[in-house]
This record gives sequence, structure tokens and C-alpha cells, in this order.
Amino acid sequence: MIVEIGHYALALALGVSVIQALVPLWGLSRQDRALASVGASAALISFALVALAFACLVASYVRSDFSVANVFENSHSAQPLIYKFTSVWGNHEGSLLLWVFILTLFGALVALSRRSLPPRLRAGALATQGLVAVAFLAFTLLTSNPFRRLSPAPAEGQDLNPILQDLGLAIHPPLLYVGYVGFSMTYAFAVAALIDGRIDAMWARAVRPWTLLAWTFLTLGIAMGSYWAYYELGWGGWWFWDPVENASFMPWLAGTALIHSLVVMEKRDALKVWTILLAILTFSLSLLGTFVVRSGVLTSVHSFASDPARGLFILLILVFFVGGSLALFAWRAPLLRQGGLFAPISRESALVVNNIFLATACATVFVGTLYPLALEMLTGDKISVGAPFFNATFVPVVVPLLLFLPIGQSLAWKRGDLLGAAQRNLAACGLAVLAALALIAFTRGGPVLAPLGVGLGLFLVLGAGFDLGERIVARASGWPAMLSRARGLPRSAWGTALAHAGIGLSIIGIAAAAWSSEAIAVLKPGERLTAGRYTVVLESVVPRTGPNFRAEVARFQLFAGDRELAPVEASKRVYTARSMPTTEAGIRTDWLSQAYVSLGEAQGDGLAVRLYDKPLILLIWIGALVMAIGGTLSLTDRRFRLAAPRRAAPLAAPQPAE
Amino acid sequence: MRRLLFALVALMLALPAAHAVQPDEILKDPALEHRARAISGGLRCLVCQNQSIDDSNAPLARDLRILVRERLQAGDSDQAVVDFVVARYGDFVLLRPPFNAHTAILWAAPFVILLGGAIFVWSRRRSLPAPGAVSRLTEEERRRLDQLLGEERD
Repeated sequence: MIVEIGHYALALALGVSVIQALVPLWGLSRQDRALASVGASAALISFALVALAFACLVASYVRSDFSVANVFENSHSAQPLIYKFTSVWGNHEGSLLLWVFILTLFGALVALSRRSLPPRLRAGALATQGLVAVAFLAFTLLTSNPFRRLSPAPAEGQDLNPILQDLGLAIHPPLLYVGYVGFSMTYAFAVAALIDGRIDAMWARAVRPWTLLAWTFLTLGIAMGSYWAYYELGWGGWWFWDPVENASFMPWLAGTALIHSLVVMEKRDALKVWTILLAILTFSLSLLGTFVVRSGVLTSVHSFASDPARGLFILLILVFFVGGSLALFAWRAPLLRQGGLFAPISRESALVVNNIFLATACATVFVGTLYPLALEMLTGDKISVGAPFFNATFVPVVVPLLLFLPIGQSLAWKRGDLLGAAQRNLAACGLAVLAALALIAFTRGGPVLAPLGVGLGLFLVLGAGFDLGERIVARASGWPAMLSRARGLPRSAWGTALAHAGIGLSIIGIAAAAWSSEAIAVLKPGERLTAGRYTVVLESVVPRTGPNFRAEVARFQLFAGDRELAPVEASKRVYTARSMPTTEAGIRTDWLSQAYVSLGEAQGDGLAVRLYDKPLILLIWIGALVMAIGGTLSLTDRRFRLAAPRRAAPLAAPQPAE
Repeated sequence: MRRLLFALVALMLALPAAHAVQPDEILKDPALEHRARAISGGLRCLVCQNQSIDDSNAPLARDLRILVRERLQAGDSDQAVVDFVVARYGDFVLLRPPFNAHTAILWAAPFVILLGGAIFVWSRRRSLPAPGAVSRLTEEERRRLDQLLGEERD
């Protein structure tokens, strides 16, 4: 019964979404306010219905109702409760339902932000959002129904793919989807502005919180996925330039560019047409990501559903939304007038440069990901585009941008002084160069690029810190004055500094990977293996039984030089339902570095063991976390509370622009 | 259902695991082994998705790793080893596609786009009217006024 309620709710939600998509547009064209505001109620109802459907699916999973095909295929009664729960989105149908759930949640939030948005903009955005919901609800119901029943009901399920039975992967999809779907809001606002034919700083202010929110979650989602790959796939790699990874990285790059161009638009009323285009492209790339992952057109580890009918349906959705919005853009964008002029050397220009580089970086990933597919279709030639290609093209595009970042950050709005900005970064630059030189001298004979990378990362961290410090210290005398200045700085200033410093931290972690070392050997109990600074001694190999797997656990003593660290365990598991093996790496965190042990095949009476020394590797993800904290801080900036969804708040007085 | 099972089985075969380079494959000469690892990192495991033979545990990847090491021990240069593998499996095996007529667009794209973007922005910059173009500003002001009034009415 629960299952039928869920299915019915989903079908109803499709109907309500059709109303949400069409009635407000009709109202807008007839200048009828009552009709135009139907979208808000429809969005709330649609959210309630999809939430009900989602809850029904969750209930079926938690109760292990194997009469539901989706539960049967992806769950098992012996699974721990947490994985029964997360199995809901560990498969194609369920993850689509999650996608739609988040989409309607965003719609409901917009519907609730009644007072802070211009009504015409809100009506248009809700209609666009409704259209996206119609497409994805229809896709779910017609090709990927999670509520399909099996008769007779099997007694036991087939278990979730074991590599997905992991906490990291449990939270990875929701984070990523909030990011993807969050960009649907910017898209909806962009389309609404194009329909409306006008756009200004107010629009940018309304859109920026949604963009920041989506970007923050996408950052966390990508970082989480990367850390998961690092510890679960068992050879210590953390980024593979895999098509599915690229699919999430492209919207991130475009979204990063969008955040920056929105700043220019909000403060200076410039770059309007470009910003609208970028908003459309960012969500288009999110849709492309969904297409790539869900259609299996570029199959990889992540694509757990491959079905041509689904692929074709998503392709149609993609063509409709990307093509439709770009056509609308071509038709209406010339009506939008450019405002805000600025000198060639100014913060605005610096942000334009930022956008050129980020757009190029995004295009590089785009071309590299889709080129093999296009070439094979056109000529039949098969080529591979892997990590070496991206390292050779993406890195040269991004490095100049990062070198320029601290300088651009210190340029004044409207008309800046390049020399002055460079001078303000002299201290940060000097310290970074000194650190790099010291590292080169210290690690003589080692990799040459790594110290330079660390220097670049340090430059970003110091540049962000000094910029903030200068804004606090300048023209303030004494501690109390500084403290009050620090408190008076807008949170977005702190957010910007943290986000930029976060990139620096990640780059230091990435560069330090060049100093990692690896050792492989067959060990018997009592034997030792050394890689870099770490040594393991195999203590014992014992069998162990988990709830739905059998494991062979190897225990190691771990030493860093002479210092003994806590022992570490690595294991190999066989999940009984699918008789599928996985490896669980043993990882010991030693400050910012990690010792990483993973097991291979048994050989004779020994066991193949690989040990890695991964210096400073945690900085990669700490940097991403710092970026996300920066995004969150910016999101709580006072001037966005005006646009933040809060129903009960009285209409605040407009804040003066800074 | 059968198709799904098939997809899952195919997925399992392609799944990465920790094994990759096995201890018995490692060459005694560290310099040779180092070269073998570097070469393997750039060769694609043909039955996997986007994985190098150095990372993959598929049997075919192991065969290729051993082949690379055999060629190195026979005295081949790095390039000769790569050429040998390409002659057998085609350009598909290279994770870094070679530059040729078919891949020129791929390799040129990032730099052409960067240059094109810069030129486009630069040309747009020049076409902007000088600050103080009075008519434009008043038009802007009037538009804003309309909009503010429009919001009031809404």
C-alpha cells in the first residue's frame, strides 16, 4: 500500500508541476497577478507530494520490502540499517527520485521567499523550475519507476553494490545533487529574466545566494567523491579525470566563474549578458553531467544504469533545456542593455580575466571528455583521452589564473592600480618564493615541480591572509580599533579570503603528492615493508564475519621512523549476496600525512601488501572544506538575508550597496 | 532484468581493486622498474574504463605490464616499448592521444578558446562608449525608473 501511495503521489506531482510550469506563464502574458502567483502554491504542493513519494520509497527500503523491484535489486535484509537507508539513492531510479526531491525542495524555498523577490521574476523562475520538474518526473515515471512491483515477491534482495556500501558514498550523491540542482535555480532565474526582458543588480543579488549554496554543496560533493575514491578503490588515487568526475567538475568550474561574474553584476551592474549566459551554461553542464552518468554513454565505474531508452529520453531533456534556453538567449539577450563601465585595469577587469580562464578550463574539460565520443561517431577512430592529456592542457590554463588571483583580488573597483596591487602582494610572493627555494634545496634530486606547486599554494594562502589583514590593520590604530574593523568586515570578505586560501591549501596537497612513495611486497607474519617515512610489520591475518560480508583482516604494526603509531588494519571483503570482493585500505592519519596500506592476493603462505607514504595528502580535502566554509560564510552575508527565504521577516529596508 | 544483471557483471569485471602491480611482476633493476611504471601509467587498460594498466587488476592489464617489462629487459627504449604496444593495439591504448590530423582540434582547443576569449573581450572593450556618454546614462536612468515604478505597481 505504501508503495502505491508513493507511486500515486509521484504521478500527482507530475500533474501539479504541469500547472506550475504553464499557469504562471499564462498569467504573466495576461498581466494577471492571481494567475501568475499560482506557481508558488503549485511548487509547495509539488514538493509535499514528491517528499511523500520519497518517504514511501525510504520506508520500503527500511522495511526490506522485496516486492518492490528497486528494493529487491539494491538491498538485502542483512544490510546495516544505515545502508538500507542510503541504498535508496545508490541506484538509478532512487537517485533520480532524490534529484527530483531536491529540485522541488528548491522550488518550495523560492515559493516561500515571497517578499524578497520581484513578483514577475519569481513567477517566471517558478514556471521554469516547474518545467524542469515536469521533464524529470516524466522521465522517472515513464522510464525509471522506482515503485515497480515484482510478483511473486522474492524472499531476499540482491544487495547493494558493495563498493557503494560506505558512509562516504552514502552522503556523496545528496551533496552533489544539491549542487547540480541548485544551479537549476540560477537557470530558472536567468530564463525568467530573459522572458521578462530586464535584468539588474537586484537580479544578481537574488541569484547569488542560490549560486553560492549550489557551489558550496558541489564543492563538498566533489571532495567527498574524491576522498571516497581514495580510500575505497584501494590504490590511493584521488582524481582520475574519469568522465563521471569531469561531469561534476565542469559545472563546478562554470559555477565558480558565475559566482565571480555575479559579484561584478551586483556591485557594478556590468557583465549582464555574459552572466545570464553563464547561468544557463552552468545548469546545462549539470544536465550534461546527469546525461553522462545516467545514460551510460561514457560508461565507467559510476554508471550503474545503462539503458538506451533512458539515454534517449535524457538526451531529449538535455536538447530541450539547453537548446531552448540558448534560443531564448539569442532572441532576448540583445534587449538587455549593458551598464557599468570600468577601466581596463580594475577589479572588474580582473574578474573578466578570471572568467575567461575559468571558462577556458571548463571548455578544456568539456572537449577532453566528449572528444573521443565525437571522433568515434564521425570517423570511427577510437582514441583515449586520459589524465596525461588533462595534465598537459588543464594545468597550463589554470596556473596563470592562480598566479594572478591575489593581485586581482587587491585591485580597486572601477579603476585600479596594477603596480600598487602587485606591491601589496610582494610580501606574500616573497615568502612563497623563499619557501619554494628552501624546499628545492632541501629535497635536492627530488621532483622539481612539486616545490613550485607548494610555493603557488602558499602564495594563495598568504595572499588571501594578507589581503584580509590589510583591510583590518589599515587606518586602524590599536587593538580595539582593529577588532572592531575585523568584526565590521562583511562576511563575504571573510568568505572570499577563505575560499581562495582553500584553493591554495588544496594545491599544496596536490603538489606534495609528487613526494609520495610506494612499496609492494609479499609479506609473511613478522616481516616488514618500508615506503618513505613509514614501515609496517605484518602481525597477523585473521578471518572476520560482518553483517553481510566475510573478511580477511590483516593487522599491521606501524612505525614512522622510530616512533610507533597506532596499529592499522587492512582487509579484503567478500560480500556474500553478490559474491563480490572489495578491499578496505588501512589508513592511519599522521598529522596532515597518511600511511596507506592495502592488500593484494595471497601468494603462497604470504600476502601481497602495498604501502604508501602520502605526505600532506589531507590538505587536498581540507582545502575543499575551507572553500566550502568560505562559501557558507559568504552565504550568510548580511546583504543576502534580504533575499534569503524567510517568510515571517518583515520587509527589510534596502541595504546600501557597498 | 537480464540486461541489468549483465551490466552488473560487466561492471564487476571492470571494477578496480587494490591489486594492480603484483609483487612477482616487479623487476629487480629499480631503474628499469621505474621506467616500466612510468610507461604503464600512460597505457590504457583496454577492457577497463579510463584506467591505466598500472592501476588495473584486469588480467589483460597484467599481461600488458609483463609485456612492457619484457621489452624493457630486452633493451628497448621507452619510445620503442610504447610504439610496440601501439602497433598491436592502436592509438586507443594511449591515454595521452598523439597529435595528428584527428586530434589537432582536441589539442588546440584550450589554447584557441583562451586566445579567442581574450580577443573577444579586448574588442568589446574598445567598442564601449567613453565614460560620460550622456544619452546612454539618461536612458539607463529612465529604464531604472520604469522598473522601480513597475515594482511599485506589482
